Amino acid sequence: MSNENAGTGPLTDQTSAGPEKNQGSDTDTSGLVQLLTPEGVRVSDPDYDPWIADIAAEQLAALYEDMVVVRRIDTEATALQRQGEIALWPPLLGQEAAQIGSGRALRKDDFVFTSYRENAVAYCRGVDLTDIVRVWRGNAASGWDPYAINMATPQIIVGAQTLHATGYALGIQNDGSDAVAVAYFGDGATSQGDVNEAMIFAATYQAPVVFFCQNNHWAISEPVELQARRNIADRPPGFGIPSIRVDGNDVLAVMAVMRLALDRARVGGGPTFIEAVTYRMGPHTTADDPTRYRDPAELARWAAKDPIARLAALLRNEGILTAELEASVMAKADAVAARLRAACIALVDPDPLTVFDNVYSEPHSVLARQRDEYSRYLRTFVGADSDNADSGNADPDNADPGNAGSGKPDPAPGKTVEGATR
Amino acid sequence: MTTLTMAKAINAGLRKSMEADKRVILMGEDIGALGGVYRVTDGLRQDFGRRRVMDTPLAEAGILGTAVGLAYRGYRPVCEIQFDGFIYPAFDQIVSQVSRMHYRTRGAVSMPITIRVPFGGGIGSAEHHSDSPEAYFTHTAGLRVISVSNPQDAYTMIQQAIACNDPVLYFEPKRRYHVKGEVDESAPLDDAMPMSAAQIVAAGTDVTLVTYGSLVPTARDAAIAALDEGVSIEVIDLRSLSPIDFETVEASVRKTGRLVVTHEAAHSGGLGAEIAASITDRCFDYLEHAPVRITGFDVPYPPSKLESHHLPDLDRILDGVDRALARPNSLSGVED
Repeated sequence: MSNENAGTGPLTDQTSAGPEKNQGSDTDTSGLVQLLTPEGVRVSDPDYDPWIADIAAEQLAALYEDMVVVRRIDTEATALQRQGEIALWPPLLGQEAAQIGSGRALRKDDFVFTSYRENAVAYCRGVDLTDIVRVWRGNAASGWDPYAINMATPQIIVGAQTLHATGYALGIQNDGSDAVAVAYFGDGATSQGDVNEAMIFAATYQAPVVFFCQNNHWAISEPVELQARRNIADRPPGFGIPSIRVDGNDVLAVMAVMRLALDRARVGGGPTFIEAVTYRMGPHTTADDPTRYRDPAELARWAAKDPIARLAALLRNEGILTAELEASVMAKADAVAARLRAACIALVDPDPLTVFDNVYSEPHSVLARQRDEYSRYLRTFVGADSDNADSGNADPDNADPGNAGSGKPDPAPGKTVEGATR
Repeated sequence: MTTLTMAKAINAGLRKSMEADKRVILMGEDIGALGGVYRVTDGLRQDFGRRRVMDTPLAEAGILGTAVGLAYRGYRPVCEIQFDGFIYPAFDQIVSQVSRMHYRTRGAVSMPITIRVPFGGGIGSAEHHSDSPEAYFTHTAGLRVISVSNPQDAYTMIQQAIACNDPVLYFEPKRRYHVKGEVDESAPLDDAMPMSAAQIVAAGTDVTLVTYGSLVPTARDAAIAALDEGVSIEVIDLRSLSPIDFETVEASVRKTGRLVVTHEAAHSGGLGAEIAASITDRCFDYLEHAPVRITGFDVPYPPSKLESHHLPDLDRILDGVDRALARPNSLSGVED
């Protein structure tokens, strides 16, 4: 069963959700591409089965491990926030299948542009765990070198990265490569002009880009109905981009549609839009309180569609998920969590003068003057506090302003982030 | 030496950069077959093809956002914003993405993007075609902002902007597009004055007159006119608005003791305010008079029948010079 909307084809009524929809967030789930039911039953779909024909017991177990591990990372990071070790964390709880299924479909030379919730995608790209928490601890403006894992640092302005992915895809096209750029974003972002402009540019130039929208039903407190009167996947065909609506809690279906979309882009078939229908089971961030705006019954209904539980059920039925495997997966998850915690706590506060680093890649006279003045200011603290003075740089005349270990006592005690990213 | 209009000089500079580096890509509205509404990209599509001279959909955020992605991939996009007043849809991509990517990624990702902006008034055009939005961008960390005033600088500095690894806003004074000047196309780029340096375009001893872009020729005319009254004006073409070459301005003011700044852009929070404050800070003891600003008013750009009142002209600039010299002026009451 395929509900893929051809770019030039008519809209199908089955994907229409009319104004009768209420404020509840159980959006129309009919017509979703699904290969694994919430009960863990494998269903066949001749259009999409071939795309995961290679996924046997070993691969299923690996996907299960991935999902368990990233959920464990999420739990550990949330605990780190509660303990004051990081300022904020955006949990992905409930979206493991959408992110692992798509992330594991990528090739190493594909390039990914995400929002801030795609920590499982980062995990798939091989991110160093220190780099996941560095930014949330406030130690750096971002985590990793994008070229090291072919993934841009997370974008906080929702939707902005869809244009970046499209531009990157134009570069791929010019280079004659068969790599693909992928944009990850949410249902809220689809209201932004940037996302709509990205679809226009991608369609115009037939750019090798995949738009992967995780419709997790909530943009902080705003339900998806506030962003879209019809299914989000109904929009791209109007731009000339084929779209697929997939059960985002079904790791197999997500992987299948992602592989299809990537393959289309690789062979010059242009962009594809995937709407992965999933659910944000946690808060928007650790600063959010969903009980103020969300019906607990709704959360319970989605908990019954949990992406990890359904794959576990399939694995159990097929005799793959043995007690031994379960134990080894849990051990791996705990070990990763322990590494994350240790890496987080080991992060050293940045030197004060690094605030001026990397604003420009070439010298800038006005900023250089500000840096010099602040360096001189910091040096007035040298020796003022014997507990904190850095004796190595105690002589202001010899202190190197380019490498000043200032003696200023704790110049920037970590401020708690009160606000939330969107 | 070749005699070129400023528009042709920019065109020649773009061509040279595209020949030197195949990663240079032009993007913008109507820049292909039409050659741009001011013909600045005339002929480039024919010679470099539509992949390197891209007509884009009419979406400025889209242009800048895709330029970010191209830069990520190693390209050096040159984006044309058709008119100053059309840059605002791209503001978010410029200030939230282009300007910060190098900082955000701790130096891993450079944004060698040049944003060409025809700016300023004096052409009797419709609304949104005469703005001077430069201060929005000089206030934004991570951007470099330059403005050219003559064909030689236009030719040289577009190449310097494209070669720079930081994002550069390149403001083109559209009412000077057709002014001709001598351009040395053979001089090596490495020998050129850095684009961050200001240039003294008329030497003088009594007043320092600082400006950029379209008002540089006006300021030079003012300097010539002032000589009739025995007043010697030193005119500085800033060229770079971020960073500002304060050393050159300061050295001049230490000599003259008097500072006048003029620009088309609005008064409050404009470049004039920054220059007046910074120069006061740097050489207060040398000033014989408070710095004077002669600028556009704090009004939306007016209808064309009123623009001559809004735009600083030779007489208003000379009135400002008189204020700086404490000579009879419009505010002191002019003796008849």
